[in-house]
Amino acid sequence: MTLWLMAGLLFTPLAWAVLTLLLDFSKGRVVTWLGILVQVLVSLGLWATVASEGGFHYLLGGWQAPLGIELRVDGLAVTFVLLTALVAAACGWHGGLYLDPGKSWHRYFWPLFWFLWAGLNAVWLGGDLFNLYVGLELISLSAVGLVALGGQAEALRAAIRYLLAALLGSLAYLLGVALVYGQTGSLSLAGVATLVSDGAVSSGPVFPLVLMLLGLALKTALFPMHGWLPPAHGIAKSPVSALLSALVVKASFYIAARLWLELGNELGSYVLAQVIGLLGALAVVWGSWQALLQPKLKQVVAYSSVAQIGYLFLLFPLTWGVAGAVSLQAQQGITLQVISHALAKSAMFLAAGNLILSAGSNKVDALAGVSRFLPFSLFSFGLAGLSLMGLPPTGGFAAKWLLLQASLGSGQWWWIVVLLVGGLLSAGYVFRIYRASFVEDSGTDHFYHPPRSLEVIPMILALLALGLGLVSDSVLSVMALPFDEGGAG
Amino acid sequence: MSSQLLYAFAGVALCGIGLFGYIRLDHLLRKLLAFNLMGSGVFLVMVGLAQRGGEPDPVPQALVLTGIVVAIAATALAVVLIRRYYHLSGRTTLAESGPEPKNTPKPEAHPEGAEV
Repeated sequence: MTLWLMAGLLFTPLAWAVLTLLLDFSKGRVVTWLGILVQVLVSLGLWATVASEGGFHYLLGGWQAPLGIELRVDGLAVTFVLLTALVAAACGWHGGLYLDPGKSWHRYFWPLFWFLWAGLNAVWLGGDLFNLYVGLELISLSAVGLVALGGQAEALRAAIRYLLAALLGSLAYLLGVALVYGQTGSLSLAGVATLVSDGAVSSGPVFPLVLMLLGLALKTALFPMHGWLPPAHGIAKSPVSALLSALVVKASFYIAARLWLELGNELGSYVLAQVIGLLGALAVVWGSWQALLQPKLKQVVAYSSVAQIGYLFLLFPLTWGVAGAVSLQAQQGITLQVISHALAKSAMFLAAGNLILSAGSNKVDALAGVSRFLPFSLFSFGLAGLSLMGLPPTGGFAAKWLLLQASLGSGQWWWIVVLLVGGLLSAGYVFRIYRASFVEDSGTDHFYHPPRSLEVIPMILALLALGLGLVSDSVLSVMALPFDEGGAG
Repeated sequence: MSSQLLYAFAGVALCGIGLFGYIRLDHLLRKLLAFNLMGSGVFLVMVGLAQRGGEPDPVPQALVLTGIVVAIAATALAVVLIRRYYHLSGRTTLAESGPEPKNTPKPEAHPEGAEV
């Protein structure tokens, strides 16, 4: 049973990518929706299997590492696999209705979408450093293609900027991998961690670790390396922006977090952890501030992503050199933040897409009066905003609560200031959109009404983000399942 | 100095030259070449460092092969994007303003060429 689930999970995206490459947009849409159904069912099945039986190692095709690909299927990985399935299903559904089938190049949305999904699954499950690199590159290249789908010179400029940043980040990571392999002779993350903690290598690979973290931070758009993100996420089609903000930036963060949690305590230092945390804090403040100033609606949402990504990097100071219980709290808080941001931000981008479609302009000021015509989408936008602000009972609140406790528990009270200021500023930019949309004196009376299903999708995602706070305990319990390290080598 | 260190240092030097070009050059194709130079440097480090006791290690060789495939895919994508960008805007750099392009832009010249 597990074998079939794993085969379905890994095989479907690649097969569907090739299949949809041969079809036009409308046929590709039908085929993709079938594939999405398969993926969601398989992800649910795998999640249920791991939740009841615990995690396991899976050798792809029965080949042993290092030449084979060893996958690590643990509670955290399947949680992210399921999250990816939910968000990607929503974006694929929305994209099929949102994109114009009349533009011939839009048919490439489907293969790129599937390659992206394949890359994401590869990263969540990857157990060795090199295959994580391949997964990252698969994600980057398809994400860049998706950004370029806009077709205009502006979209291409954003795509090229994104590609240049992503390639530089990947190369830094790969150089780090090369140095780690040269020093330890192992590519498996768990293997390297064992060698380092046993003291088997004379001097720990500190420089490679920093290099890898630097490359991954560039790909995650950590302040001040975030310059490529707002243009790319702002100009892409809304379903694409949702995918990029919700999932793509999380992939590189996930690898950085795994590296830090395995190797950080031996190789990291107080200064390194605090510097990364400080950059995250600056990202929260700077990103939110910029979101308050942007004239275009999607730029507001994109800068909000820069800010929300900043919170994730608080993981580094809050897990270094602290008690085990505090570290666990921080890890749980960050995981909840990843999940709730993915759900809320995809809801927000999809709702923003509907608002833009309706108002016929991407300016915030053009939204005047839209509240009477599109209350449903605006409401989804606001619900997602609640989660970003961290108001109870949303997932964002649960995440920030855990982070708050971890900050207090580790005696690093200064991160609490960041959490509070970030929450206030995000309230500021969400209310700014609301204020613009409730202005009544614009005289504009022509608003396009998008199909009802386009409005339902962001609402579902926003409700999921809202409900996450209520079920966070059961979500966290699956992640914390014990994992048998015996198979790692 | 052992030969493996020589390879590694040559690789690091290539990376440095490539990084310099990647950051300092404006022309997009030159940036792309600089990226390829950096990639070659990384591969050299990978193969060079891992020769344990003079015996070549097969694992990094396999990794470098995969890495080359990835680099080719990235280069191809970049070339397509840059070419299309040039068709649409007449520019070869990412600068938003600057000297007017010599060729007159031909918007929507090859709509289906955007994503090949």
